Amino acid sequence: MEMAGEANIQPQTAEAPAFVTVTILNSGETCRCRTDESLIEGLRRMGKRGVPIGCRNGGCSVCRIEIVSGRYAAHRKMSREYVSDEDLAAGRVLACCVKPLSALAILAIGKMGKALAASAAGEVKATGAERP
Amino acid sequence: MALTGVLRPGHAQLRVLDLEADVKLYRDVLGLEETGRDSFGRVYLKAWDERDHHSLLLRQADQAGIDLMGFKVDSIASLDRLEADLNAFGVKTERVPAGEMLNTGDRVRFVSPMGHTIELYAEKKDVGNGLSYENPPPWNAAAERGIAPARLDHALLGGVDLDGTIDIFTKVLGFFPVEILYAEDGKTVVAIWLSCSCKTHDLALIRLPENGKLHHVSFWLDSWERVLRAGDIMSMNNVSVDIGPTRHGITRGATIYAFDRSGNRFETFSGGYGAYPDMKPIVWSIDHLPEGLDYVQRKLHQSFLTVFS
Ligand code: FES
Ligand SMILES: [Fe+2]
Repeated sequence: MEMAGEANIQPQTAEAPAFVTVTILNSGETCRCRTDESLIEGLRRMGKRGVPIGCRNGGCSVCRIEIVSGRYAAHRKMSREYVSDEDLAAGRVLACCVKPLSALAILAIGKMGKALAASAAGEVKATGAERP
Repeated sequence: MALTGVLRPGHAQLRVLDLEADVKLYRDVLGLEETGRDSFGRVYLKAWDERDHHSLLLRQADQAGIDLMGFKVDSIASLDRLEADLNAFGVKTERVPAGEMLNTGDRVRFVSPMGHTIELYAEKKDVGNGLSYENPPPWNAAAERGIAPARLDHALLGGVDLDGTIDIFTKVLGFFPVEILYAEDGKTVVAIWLSCSCKTHDLALIRLPENGKLHHVSFWLDSWERVLRAGDIMSMNNVSVDIGPTRHGITRGATIYAFDRSGNRFETFSGGYGAYPDMKPIVWSIDHLPEGLDYVQRKLHQSFLTVFS
């Protein structure tokens, strides 16, 4: 589903190669991603876990990344709760809402890292409710 | 009449980032019927076997999530009584006049301590399920269009003050706990499944660091077979699936969690068991959450506790 329009900060101009290499700087892992599907979809389908995967539709923000280098196009709207104009200008986007156009270097910056650590430990911050 | 007061979840209003993309998803893929649009631009939908005018409203916004959830009560007298009971319990309410929502009577609205707007209402137009009230067939073509759930079933909402919210639903609105998930200390409630009927849950609540969050809205299917069919239809339509098809240990329901085109999670759900208010709640400890959530795979899906809209 293509949605050109206001979210399209770097319109897809020149045709992109079918596949590009994406490097996740946090872990150093690389992935051969398709350019006709979202970045998160490319990573997910190849089983890469360097960027947390959530709704894949722009609503939950766990896939927030910073694009450090490379060209990309935003193809769907991102919840403004998570992505401001400033973010867009700085290349901070949701990985499920952009497609790569060239080789990319990215940083995963979502809040999931912290949340994951907490949930894995079963730790829930709470105020001490009793059984009802 | 044995079932009085609050009867069931009657509607949920979701915010979507691209209205037409999500109308397509809920109408053509999930198979709900579009029943109206209003001057605010909201789109109204209902599941095929529901008789009231709508159970889902979609509103275009720049943030995904849930605007409100409405529960139907059995009569105007109950609506008035519950309004007074809420006020007496210290919950501020507001009346939304009949007609603000299409074909719907007065709504009594409050904001729960978890930050969700909750409404009670007694009247919504009966538009029927397309079958006759006299000598009807068991189903019609609408029951096979798309995933075709029979009804809106429940929602799971998240926020900070879980305990205060449980109090309102159990002490004022007549809900009872069916299953409860406890933290490691054995005392702190992490999540709770509440019923106002004979279902395993009409509303589930989970403790989160942020208020007003939606975990999922759930739609009822008649069988596990239909849940698998839902999975096929999701894949055919490139729907983003989160978990399943599998069975929850908690409530025993067969399930798929998936996301709409804006990242709101929805569930296609079947099963469970009959729950009555005299039954002792089933309890789970957090270390058993993996199988409570996915009984088949017995692993914690990280998205369950971290992905919300
Ligand atoms: S995965 Fe939810 S916003 Fe990208
Ligand atoms: Fe559910």
